[in-house]
Amino acid sequence: MMRIKTRRNARVKRELQKLAPKLVETAKKTLILHGTKTSHVLNSLLTEIYHLKKENSVKYSRKNDKVRPFESGGEASLEFFSLKTDCSLFVYGSHSKKRPNNLVLGRTYDHHIYDLVELGIENFKSMQSFSYDKKFAPQMGSKPFFAFIGEAFETVDELKHLKEILLDLFRGEVITNLNLAGLDRVYVCTALSANKILFSHCAMRLKKSGTSVPKMELIEVGPSMDMVVRRHRNPDDSLRREAMKTPHELIKKKEKNVVKDAVQGKLGKIYMPDQQVGVVPLANKAKGVKRERREAKMKGEGHKLSLKKQKQDIINNADE
Amino acid sequence: MAESEYEIDLGNLLAFDRHHQFLSPSSSREEVAKKAIEQGTKLVQTIADALFALPSREDRDGPIVELPAPTTKLPREKPIPRPTPPTTWEKFAQKKGIQHKNKEKLVFDDVTESWKRRYGYDRVNDDNDLPIIEAKATDEVGKDPFAERRKEKKGKVDKQEKNRLHNLKQANKVGALPSHIQLAATSLPITGTQSMPKKISKDELQHVAGMASTATASGGKFDKKLPGEKAPKHEKKYRKFLPAVEGSGMGALEKQQNENVLNKLMSKHSHEILNVQKAVDMYNVKSDKKRKGGGGGGQQKKQWGQSSSSSKLKPNAKPFKKTSHKSPYKGKSK
Repeated sequence: MMRIKTRRNARVKRELQKLAPKLVETAKKTLILHGTKTSHVLNSLLTEIYHLKKENSVKYSRKNDKVRPFESGGEASLEFFSLKTDCSLFVYGSHSKKRPNNLVLGRTYDHHIYDLVELGIENFKSMQSFSYDKKFAPQMGSKPFFAFIGEAFETVDELKHLKEILLDLFRGEVITNLNLAGLDRVYVCTALSANKILFSHCAMRLKKSGTSVPKMELIEVGPSMDMVVRRHRNPDDSLRREAMKTPHELIKKKEKNVVKDAVQGKLGKIYMPDQQVGVVPLANKAKGVKRERREAKMKGEGHKLSLKKQKQDIINNADE
Repeated sequence: MAESEYEIDLGNLLAFDRHHQFLSPSSSREEVAKKAIEQGTKLVQTIADALFALPSREDRDGPIVELPAPTTKLPREKPIPRPTPPTTWEKFAQKKGIQHKNKEKLVFDDVTESWKRRYGYDRVNDDNDLPIIEAKATDEVGKDPFAERRKEKKGKVDKQEKNRLHNLKQANKVGALPSHIQLAATSLPITGTQSMPKKISKDELQHVAGMASTATASGGKFDKKLPGEKAPKHEKKYRKFLPAVEGSGMGALEKQQNENVLNKLMSKHSHEILNVQKAVDMYNVKSDKKRKGGGGGGQQKKQWGQSSSSSKLKPNAKPFKKTSHKSPYKGKSK
């Protein structure tokens, strides 16, 4: 016998329904963790990324030695964490002699590793090192602007991949209504060479200009660093196709046979199918069509049938 | 500076400048950084221009603008949910055209003249509240009507549970089980693509056990068999050889064996088993080769080959029985 396991608590049920896949997805959560050895640079970088994405990220403080994203066996831990915290993005920092200040950005699809990019961090400047007027500090949770400079972001495969991941990481929720007064921050990424980019986070200051569009001024605020792409793993083709699918319900359907005319308004065309007069089955009027009855009626024996009915009635009455 | 066109994705507030080149690679990092910020400012200004051009409506916090959908597609984090198949009741209701009517939570109870719940604690028509059940003419003497009612209710509850399980199984088949429900004896994490482990059947287990037993030194022949375990599927012997000593000359068994082969070859349907023409051609080719290489022995072979081909054309003739034609020194021809 199969057992149905349901949650007896409505609260738990609601939490589980939040984790279920949705047609239109909300913001992705990020998991920030580090390996057995980290450097000073990495520590501050990880905390700053956490602060930038405070609302939808989880930061682990312990050392994780079993996590090795690029090795075949070392992904199991990450996938487990992703499952438990419902995070589909992760940022893993580690430091070793061979790969100093190593940062691995990765995404998961259905809690399995989708793709990875390994970066080396150089020339890191933390948020504290920048001094500016606190008035212009960006608010937490505001939707950022993105500026990517350099054709290498399109020609080089690794930088294209990195661009996608950075966009995914810092984008936040996809919103339809934006308040223009709340435009705060911008992430500027410049391609310096085929594998190195300059990443910096700036606050935006809107100054009055003559037109309705304010003049933008960028003030460097947040972490700024050079990212060197070390390794990267592209997603499987089939997995990629599956992940990029838009649900059938969201594809806008074309309205057929409708024309909007300026003079007459909305016009529609109706196509009538050909009438098949000979093929249409008639209603089963067996009573009128039955030969016996017809002939009996003609011969004047119609009362024989009514006699039958009378006999049946007598029998029924006798029963009761 | 040449006019550079930026690729703008308004939905993501993204601007991409592909034409900008950093002309001097030897410049210091500060200069590069400053230039980057300058270029960034230009890009952001372009986005802002596009943003402020959109129709906006005034709100107390500021102008609110409706953003278009983002153009850069990013992968989903979870697979697309499948719609649940309609349950048995839903299918029936659709067919009959039954509309769902929201019922009131409170119902007026005539017995107590108060408003009671439709279900739950202190409900209308509660079975436990019935003091008397009047006997009908159809009732037997010894039956307990209260127990009957309880049994009926239990039957209904069990039927409903069975139907619910059936609906969930149908949903599970399509892969559209509701997220808070797990169906199985073993608990699996609730994700989209993990499938249940396949249950191994009794026959499969026996087959596998048989295969494993052949790994022993004696091929599993002397293994202790559990009660009910059948012999391994394949007997060890793959070829059957006749006993070395039988009778005189061509014994009955050997004769039988040969007759079986011959009957198959010479039967009406022999063309399905043996392609005679092909066999003849192969033989002729081989004998030609040997004739060219060998000497007198080859010639004899050729004669024999020719005579056999002519007799082979008649399906019912039995040329092989003319053993006198065979040379005594002729061994196994390959």
